[in-house]
Amino acid sequence: MTLLMSHYNYWIVVALMMVGFFIVIAQGNLVKKIVGLNIFQTSVFILYISAGKIHGGSAPILNDSITVYSNPLPHVLILTAIVVGIATTALGLALVIRINKAYGTIEESEIQQRDHSC
Amino acid sequence: MNDAIGFLSGTLLLLGSFLIFTGALGVLRFPDTLSRMHAAGVTETLATTLLLMGLMLLAGWSLVLLKLIMILLFILFTSPTSSHALAKAVWRHQQNESKEVRHDA
Amino acid sequence: MLFATAIGIVLSRDLIAVVMLTGIYGFLSASFFVLMDAVDVAFTEAAVGAGISPLLMLLTLAMVGRREKASRSRNFFALMLVVITGALLMIGTFGMPAFGSANAPAHMHVAPRYIEQSGTEIGIPNIVTSVLASYRGFDTFGEVAVIFTAGIGVLSLLMLKPAQRKAPLSNVAKHHKVLRIVSKILIPPILLFALYVQFHGDYGPGGGFQAGVIFAAGIILYTMFFGVDVAQQVVSSAVLRVLAAFGVLLYGSVGLVSMLNGGEFLNYSVLAENPLTGQHIGILVIELGVGITVAAVMVMIFYCFAGQQNKKEEAEE
Repeated sequence: MTLLMSHYNYWIVVALMMVGFFIVIAQGNLVKKIVGLNIFQTSVFILYISAGKIHGGSAPILNDSITVYSNPLPHVLILTAIVVGIATTALGLALVIRINKAYGTIEESEIQQRDHSC
Repeated sequence: MNDAIGFLSGTLLLLGSFLIFTGALGVLRFPDTLSRMHAAGVTETLATTLLLMGLMLLAGWSLVLLKLIMILLFILFTSPTSSHALAKAVWRHQQNESKEVRHDA
Repeated sequence: MLFATAIGIVLSRDLIAVVMLTGIYGFLSASFFVLMDAVDVAFTEAAVGAGISPLLMLLTLAMVGRREKASRSRNFFALMLVVITGALLMIGTFGMPAFGSANAPAHMHVAPRYIEQSGTEIGIPNIVTSVLASYRGFDTFGEVAVIFTAGIGVLSLLMLKPAQRKAPLSNVAKHHKVLRIVSKILIPPILLFALYVQFHGDYGPGGGFQAGVIFAAGIILYTMFFGVDVAQQVVSSAVLRVLAAFGVLLYGSVGLVSMLNGGEFLNYSVLAENPLTGQHIGILVIELGVGITVAAVMVMIFYCFAGQQNKKEEAEE
């Protein structure tokens, strides 16, 4: 039981990661794939941030009345990761718009059909 | 005095949570888009106002109070506007649908 | 709750519903981050994941259509693969340290030094900003470069219409009087708030990225109700391109000035007489550079996306 209580945050992360993974490989619509990628990225953020938390700590802003701070290092890394995530999402969506212009559709199966039949 | 403030803010917070709950219930159970939007609008505006006022009573006279007042003002501006935008879109959509039906008929 | 939202995204067919669920997902993640004491991260995730991401997805959906076709052919194999991977990962997590323990290896090596020394070495209360901007300033430089590259990428994929001399108010805007007036009232406080977040990033949650995103959101709000043509009169695409590059240049030049003053690249202590003042100046200037680039690139991406919509309408007419 204590194993469940102490590790449940990792299991949630794994569950979310698997949902994101499933969306990326199984769903055909390109926009949904990008959403799945987003879910995958966010689950990794949750992994790092939950690893950085200390019971009884507070936000890492220096204050004379607080003794225990939560670890600031994961926060820095995840901040960068969030911004990079949105950069990839924006670029991915721009690619989807261009694919739509070129092929007329954004379903993966139809795009592959059109490629094969050319 | 402190007890009275605590009691009052507790009541406000409870009322706000109750309104959010009924708003969510309304969104799920109302039959029509426009009535659902009414439920959601009540949730956004009134419930948030009550919650924020409850928090303001707990905060006392400090910078946090000022920030909470600013948040309240911002929400008072934006949430009725968003309900209005949604309602207009739904109304326009219904107009278009009825126009198409008339053309077909 | 996060899990329920994610499952909802998988099962839903209507793409607009998917976008709304993504927004909810981002918002729930942000609240989770607040619970984990990660206030800067929560701020950024709320601004980006619940603001900019669904917005761009909605713009894409306006171009490509909202329904998704059913594809059931490969689902079983994918499900098996996912379950196996998940089981393997779960077995792997048994070796991880317990949640919230203070003795985890993650808290042992560098982090205590940052927490203890950053007050004396850098002197600003927000440890995350001091680590981001000073101790790990090189990473942040790379990050600004990544944002700039994404902006260039989107520019190269979707062209940007140049600003025109005289621009009529777009048709959409004429129908939305209430929204126009309210947005006119709201945009100045939004921009002011962005500036507040930018410069207050040393003392509380905030900093360059969040401020850039909020600033971009204000300008995007203006563009949404007045049309891209009118907005280009105010903030034209040429200005945006210059500003995006300028932010990155500002960041790099701070590093170069440090080198010219005798220190290494991006060592701020040599920027002024007192090393502490030098750190403050360095952090202020690079956060400004980051904010400028992020705001310019976000608005530029929005102009590219929205300009596509206009082109589609013109092609249909």
